[in-house]
Amino acid sequence: MFEFIDVKFKEIIDLPALCFERKKITTLIGASGSGKTTILKMLNKMLSPTHGRIIYNHTDLRRINSVAHRRQVAMLSQNPAIFEGNIRENLLIGLKLQEKDLPGDDAVLGVMEQVKLNKPLDSPVYTLSGGEKQRLALGRILLLNPEVYLLDEPSAALDENTEEMIMQMVTGHVRKKNKTLVMVTHSKAIAEQYADTVIEIVSGRCFRRGENNERDH
Amino acid sequence: MNGIIDLTAWQVALAYLFVLLVLAIVRMRGINREKEILISSVRMTLQLILVGYILVYLFDYPNPWLTAGIVLCMEAFAVYTVLNRFNDQLVKPLKYIIAIAMSAGTLACLAYFLLVVVRLTPWYAPQYFIPIAGMLIGNSMTGVVLGLKLLLDGMTTQKALVEEALILGATPRAASRNIINNAFDSAILPTINSMIGMGVVFLPGMMTGQILAGIAPITAIAYQIAIMLGILGAVALTVIIMLQLGYRTFFNQEDQLCSR
Repeated sequence: MFEFIDVKFKEIIDLPALCFERKKITTLIGASGSGKTTILKMLNKMLSPTHGRIIYNHTDLRRINSVAHRRQVAMLSQNPAIFEGNIRENLLIGLKLQEKDLPGDDAVLGVMEQVKLNKPLDSPVYTLSGGEKQRLALGRILLLNPEVYLLDEPSAALDENTEEMIMQMVTGHVRKKNKTLVMVTHSKAIAEQYADTVIEIVSGRCFRRGENNERDH
Repeated sequence: MNGIIDLTAWQVALAYLFVLLVLAIVRMRGINREKEILISSVRMTLQLILVGYILVYLFDYPNPWLTAGIVLCMEAFAVYTVLNRFNDQLVKPLKYIIAIAMSAGTLACLAYFLLVVVRLTPWYAPQYFIPIAGMLIGNSMTGVVLGLKLLLDGMTTQKALVEEALILGATPRAASRNIINNAFDSAILPTINSMIGMGVVFLPGMMTGQILAGIAPITAIAYQIAIMLGILGAVALTVIIMLQLGYRTFFNQEDQLCSR
């Protein structure tokens, strides 16, 4: 689905060849500053390679409209910005910005349940903890229903139990809906437990790629 | 009381007592502003004397080229003032946009005001053209300074929100909408406030000047109403052109935020 051909980004990334497969879960692991987030941002076209090219569905990413691409390939940042207002407004803001029809409260409440957020939709966002804000941002992405999910440390601010629940929900959702997921995680255990492919990045280079062939889909 | 009371040079000099008053206040308070107060007072005096002589010449020898030249000088000075104020923060395309917005916004409103509202004949009559151009350009310049400041501040302080909106699939226009609206609102607010207070809290300079010069108050008021509406239009048009074109300079062709 995504193919990196001799991609470089400044001094941070140097990837002669790398691919991310369609309808698979790929995790990127590696130390802080190794370039994982930069790779994710290049997949979302928030950054463009300074050298080389990225192919998406057989088309050079440079030839694809950035806004249209981001609507298909949605990204959850590590520290997602939360907009002023309440929970409902924040969950719907992605759809609003994309000028799409807004769903009713039932759909919104369904997403709230998926991300384990038990608060009234009218609660102002300043009442949320860091972990709740991260789940709110995840819910915002789920409502967009994109083809590809790019998640940057989606469980970084969560406790162990919630992390487990959220990882199960996200990976289950992706598999059930036949979507593609590329996820950055600090946890090797999570990477190996949930991914089809684990890619280890060291100093901007692909250090090791492991396929999890025993996964029961 | 009939006729106009002429002010002699001595009488004008008496008004400098106000400058001495301000100088005394800043000195007593230890505020380091004496130099600027003196320079601005002297500069204002010299500039106005010079303009007085230019206007005398222009009124005596009306000429379309001279009138157009004076208006172009005003535009250039207004653009220079804006650019000078934000020099370090402006990329080249934004500087061009400011010049385009200032010229297009003020000249369009000026043409409408003089040709359709006032129905000036000949169109270049300097006693109308120049002071009205000055008011439209001056107020638009203030509006652009305010709007630009809020655009630059917004794009810096709300960078994370703009970036998040782009990540969520917003166009750069949609991602900057709140910042643009806020900048536009703040830029036209002083004009709206002055309209609210007009005639009640204060009498505007142009109207006061006309009344002092012996024009009937009703005529002066009719001009003041028209010019205030003209100023509102010019400020709004200039600022919205600047914002609608200017926000794009914060993004590259890939719809990514540019690093500045």
